[in-house]
Amino acid sequence: MEFIFGTWHWSISGFLIGITMLVLTYFGKTFGMSSNLRTLCSMAGAGKFSDFFKFDWREQKWSLAVVAGAIVGGFLAYQFLSNGSGVQINPDTIAQLEVLGIEAPNGKLLPDAIFSIETLQTPKGFAILLIGGLLIGFGTRYAGGCTSGHAISGLSNLQLPSLVAVIGFFIGGLLMAHFLLPILFKTT
Amino acid sequence: MKLARFFLTGIFFGIVLTKAEAVSWYRIYEMFHFQSFHMFGIIGTALFTGVIGLQLFKRKKVKDYHGTPIHVVEKEKGFWRYLLGGSLFGLGWALVGSCPGPIFILLGTGTYAIAVVLIGALLGTYIYGLVKDKLPH
Repeated sequence: MEFIFGTWHWSISGFLIGITMLVLTYFGKTFGMSSNLRTLCSMAGAGKFSDFFKFDWREQKWSLAVVAGAIVGGFLAYQFLSNGSGVQINPDTIAQLEVLGIEAPNGKLLPDAIFSIETLQTPKGFAILLIGGLLIGFGTRYAGGCTSGHAISGLSNLQLPSLVAVIGFFIGGLLMAHFLLPILFKTT
Repeated sequence: MKLARFFLTGIFFGIVLTKAEAVSWYRIYEMFHFQSFHMFGIIGTALFTGVIGLQLFKRKKVKDYHGTPIHVVEKEKGFWRYLLGGSLFGLGWALVGSCPGPIFILLGTGTYAIAVVLIGALLGTYIYGLVKDKLPH
């Protein structure tokens, strides 16, 4: 049963993500996760401050239902479909992370050095999570999509703007991973 | 219930992304350091499946669930918004290892700290709404 409880193979995972996008297309919708952030802002009344949020969020209820399902899916996969054998990353990566003071996964999805409750309570730890979120929210809305909207649906439909966006994802990602993370996590 | 099929699709998506470990900070770090094929394989296979699927939909003139012909919305023209917006998102993606889908999925795995990322993402979206007319698109 390792094929269910361990890491799912990339080919199976990728195929099923592609199917998710196709199923939503068949339902007459567009696959995209980041637009829910805009919908949530509208629900909270942001339309009073910017026309960007003045739309009938009820038309996006279907997408919020996908989000609610995704949260439940995360819960089910984590609680019932995992045996702690996953996240077998490259030993070179583990060695690199150790230098940054980030512990090896040992089956965990996320490092405590960034996501533990203790880290969250430090000013630096809190700031990293908040700034990361700000960049994600601002960047995805500016670019009009994220990994699902551009890298999967947009590129699948052979859209040039999505290719530019994905190149952008990698410019930012490479800059962060290679230059900024080592500065942020430099151990003295 | 009209929303049930979307809720079920979401559950499926959440399970797949968690088991694929696409929600793992470690996998994103490893991807940006080109130290594993895993994430590239996932995105590549998803794309391959998507391209073939959409082409089949178009060529066979498949009708959607409501019986109307499938129409895939085209992205707006532009350059700077995609390059600059994409790069800003990339910075955030590599910093906290989550794109918008995984932010929600990780809430389900019981990671409380991800709530701070979600609050940041909502604030970031809100700030974009306030300043968007001043930005190049």
